[in-house]
Amino acid sequence: MARAVTKQRKTINTIAAWAVGLLIFFPILWTILTSFKTEAQAISDPPVFLFFDWTLENYGVVQERSDYMRFLWNSVIIAGGSTLLGIIVAVPAAWSMAFVPSKRTKDILLWMLSTKMLPAVGVLYPIYLIFISLGLLDTRIGLVVVMMLINLPIIVWMLYTYFREIPGEILEAARMDGASLKNEILYVLTPMAVPGIASTILLNFILAWNEAFWTLNLTAAKAAPLTAFIASYSSPEGLFYAKLSAASTMAIAPILILGWFSQKQLVRGLTFGAVK
Amino acid sequence: MATQHSRSAAQFMMMPAVVLLLGWMLVPLVMTLYFSFKKYLPLRGGDLGWVGFENYARFLSSSTFWPSVQSTLIIVGGVLVITIVFGVLLALLLDQPMWGQGVVRILVIAPFFVMPTVSALVWKNMFMDPVNGLLAHLWKFFGAQPVEWLSNYSLFSIILIVSWQWLPFATLILLTAIQSLDSEQLEAAEMDGAPPLSRFGYIILPHLSRAITIVLLIQTIFLLSIFAEIFVTTQGSFGTRTLTYLIYQRVLESQNVGLGSAGGVYAIILANIVAIFLMRIVGKNLDA
Repeated sequence: MARAVTKQRKTINTIAAWAVGLLIFFPILWTILTSFKTEAQAISDPPVFLFFDWTLENYGVVQERSDYMRFLWNSVIIAGGSTLLGIIVAVPAAWSMAFVPSKRTKDILLWMLSTKMLPAVGVLYPIYLIFISLGLLDTRIGLVVVMMLINLPIIVWMLYTYFREIPGEILEAARMDGASLKNEILYVLTPMAVPGIASTILLNFILAWNEAFWTLNLTAAKAAPLTAFIASYSSPEGLFYAKLSAASTMAIAPILILGWFSQKQLVRGLTFGAVK
Repeated sequence: MATQHSRSAAQFMMMPAVVLLLGWMLVPLVMTLYFSFKKYLPLRGGDLGWVGFENYARFLSSSTFWPSVQSTLIIVGGVLVITIVFGVLLALLLDQPMWGQGVVRILVIAPFFVMPTVSALVWKNMFMDPVNGLLAHLWKFFGAQPVEWLSNYSLFSIILIVSWQWLPFATLILLTAIQSLDSEQLEAAEMDGAPPLSRFGYIILPHLSRAITIVLLIQTIFLLSIFAEIFVTTQGSFGTRTLTYLIYQRVLESQNVGLGSAGGVYAIILANIVAIFLMRIVGKNLDA
């Protein structure tokens, strides 16, 4: 039941919320705006907000000078590859824990969660050493594996909380109606599991895309994804605000759009089902 | 319903995930423990033998240790206070009826999806730069001397950047929790004449306590290991060398693996203390 409010109160709420919302969003907006300026306008004093000569030049220059597409492609491969690999490993595990729970299921789930809490820096050197000896340093395959492992606990947990919501009775009903195990999985369970799997893929793609400890420490020129590429702007030469903005805008735009679709799953995924 | 057959099938299905995570946890952990008892300098002589607990003692007694603990606590504590206080306020505001609620939510949540290296660099250059940054222009507009944010107010600046990234997370979870509150309870209190402040103190806040605890614990675990924000802004100078950054410098920059590994073991112990509390809450939720 909606609470009745006066129009005046609603107006005040609206103004306050929009003001705060725009303030929080402003750094992103400013970055996007700056990406369309020339370098001179980007640092002009006083700053210009909307009334400048809009240009797409920076986007071209970023691609030309640093082969931006290569880093973008690395990000796609690393985030996408690790998420798919994680799903392949996690679906059977989450499935069996949700539908054939045993006394140890809870302990296993909590133990998996605990591996997520191992501070990365505590195991940095061993991983570094293993990467060197296996020739994985600065390779995409190495990062795909590491990223899959650090996100695997979240993937298993999210899938588990989704699968657990599929009622067991429906399986029994299907069985009574004479459905074979194959048909049961294909026509009864899969359609009900698909939304959960899709949300899990979405959130983990975002997390892997933005991960910046292992990508900074385990890549150099060849396999660096966008997180590491952007970091190379921290010691630039000459005018660079507009180019930094263009590179940043391209790096965050796809994830901002995906992220807006994943608000709800974000809560569930990052609180391990404790808040829904 | 579960037969012996389906049980063993279930265990088989769990194997890949369990084995992978077990390896991912144990192999590096054992290696870190092993190195932490050695004098190991890959670039200056390599493995120089066992040294017992010397690395552990040296890590604690080095002049950089306590300052790093201090910076870590200030950053983690500062971000927690800011994100939770403003997160609760913002969640309350966003829960009110208004026009364009969906759009405002999107605006508020957006920073969480910005990769850490981008947000750190954008803040460092376009906002906090003492000459060309937007904050410098703002200060000059009001006739004040622009501030050298990252060198003179380094910890505050890092807290600001990291809070900006994590405020959306806190807000989103607290908002979800508020929306699960039974609105009839609030209406009843309102009709009984309870003023807004006591409605907040006696109904909303107790309802939120669990969500706040969860936000607190999850953020603590992530904040203890922030790295990119410091890596691209101050590189650990100006008093921003956190425990995580100190260990990183020992291990990869000065290549003193033994000493860094001992630090790593301390970091693991610290994170586990926080993790135990989080696991309890999550575990309870599993039973329900």
